[in-house]
Amino acid sequence: MKAREVVLDPLVDNNPIGIQVLGICSALAVTTKLSTAFVMSCAVIGVLVASSASVSLIRKHIPSSIRIITQLTIIASLVIVADQILKAFVYEISLQLSVFVGLIITNCIVMGRAEAFAMQNPPGLSALDALGNGLGYSVVLISVGLVRELVGSGRIAGITVLTPVNEGGWYQPNGLFVLAPAAFILIGIMIWIARLVRPHLVEEEAGAGALLEPGYEGNLR
Amino acid sequence: MLEHYLSLATKAIFVENMALAFFLGMCSFLAVSKRVETAMGIGAAVVFVLGLTCPLNNILYRVLLEEGALAWIPGGEGLNLGFLTFLVMIGTIAASTQVVEMAIDRFSPALYGSLGIFLPLIAVNCAILGGSLFMVQRDYSFAEATVFGVGSGLGFALAIVALAAVRERMRYSNVPAPLRGLGITFITVGLMSLGFMAFSGIQL
Repeated sequence: MKAREVVLDPLVDNNPIGIQVLGICSALAVTTKLSTAFVMSCAVIGVLVASSASVSLIRKHIPSSIRIITQLTIIASLVIVADQILKAFVYEISLQLSVFVGLIITNCIVMGRAEAFAMQNPPGLSALDALGNGLGYSVVLISVGLVRELVGSGRIAGITVLTPVNEGGWYQPNGLFVLAPAAFILIGIMIWIARLVRPHLVEEEAGAGALLEPGYEGNLR
Repeated sequence: MLEHYLSLATKAIFVENMALAFFLGMCSFLAVSKRVETAMGIGAAVVFVLGLTCPLNNILYRVLLEEGALAWIPGGEGLNLGFLTFLVMIGTIAASTQVVEMAIDRFSPALYGSLGIFLPLIAVNCAILGGSLFMVQRDYSFAEATVFGVGSGLGFALAIVALAAVRERMRYSNVPAPLRGLGITFITVGLMSLGFMAFSGIQL
C-alpha cells in the first residue's frame, strides 16, 4: 500500500514540476519536440532511480556534513554514464539535447529526492519513489512536448499531422510555440488547470490579491 | 578585438539570456524572486560565482580534459579525459562556492550577511554549470570565457531583479485563486521572455 502511494502520488497530487517546483529548467528547454522530451525523460528516470537507490544503500555511512558533495558525486557519475549511453545509441538526439543532459546533475528533482526521501528510506522504497517522481516529471515533459510540436510545427513525433501551409496544406504553424516564451506560458496554464481540478493544491500564500476577494472586506479596515 | 568581446557580452546579457532564453537557474529564479532585495542578493552572487567558475573551468578543460591536452605527460598523447568533464566541473563549482563563502565570511562579514546565505544555493544552480558547459560546447578562449561568465551572470541578475519587481507589484492585483503563486509567475516570465526576444538579432 505504501509502495503504491509512493509511486502514484507524484504523478498528479505531488507532481515534481507543478507542485514541488523542481527540475523546471530542463522541462522547458527540451520540450520543443516530442522525441527530445521522451529521450530526456528516459535519461532522467534512469539517473533518478539509480541515484536514489545508491544513495539509500549507503545512507547510514554518509556523514551528514559531507552528504551534499557525496550525493553530487554519485549523481554526476550516473549522468556521465547516461550521457555516454545517449551518445552511443541516439547520437542525433543527444546533439539536440546539447548541454541539458549534463544539467541533469543540477536537476533539483534528482538532488531533492536523494536528500528528502532516499536519506531516510530503504533502497527498494527509494527506487520506487524515484520512479514515481521520474514518471511525474515525464508526464509534464511529454505533454508540453506534444503541444509545442503539434502547434509549433504541425507534427507529432516527426510525423506530419496538420499539413503546414508551406507544404501545400492548410495549417499555419504558430512559430511562437517553438520558442522560449510559449514553454513558460504552457507550464503556467498546466499548473492553473491542475489547481482548478484539485483545489486543495492552491497556494495559501496570502498575496494582497486575496484581500480584494469578497468576504475579506472586513479585514482591510 | 574589443568589439568582439562587447558583442559577446551583449549576447550573453540580452539575446541569450540564461534565464529567459535557455531556462537555466529556474529553481532559484522562481523561488527567490518574491522580493527585490533578495533578488539583488542572489543576482550579485550569481554574477560573482559565474564570473569565477567559467574561467576556472576553462583552464581545467584546456589543461586536463580536452582531447590531446595531456600530451605533455609521457605516453599521454592518446588520452582523452573528456568524459570526466561533468564531474570535474561540478566539483570545481561546489569547491569554489565553498571557498568563496569562507573567504567572504572571514574578510567581509557585512557582505557575508547579504550574500552568504545564497552561496550554498548557487552550487547546485543550473545556470552556473550551464555556463561552463556552454563554454566547452562553444569552444571559448580564456578571455572569452571570462566575458561570457560575467555577462551571463549579469543577464541572470537583470532578469531576476525585473521579475521580483513585477511580483512585488502583483501583490496588489486580484489574480484568480488557482493561478496564484507559481501559475501567474510562469505566465509573467513567459511575457518577459517574449519581451527579451526583441533583442534577438542585435549585433554590435
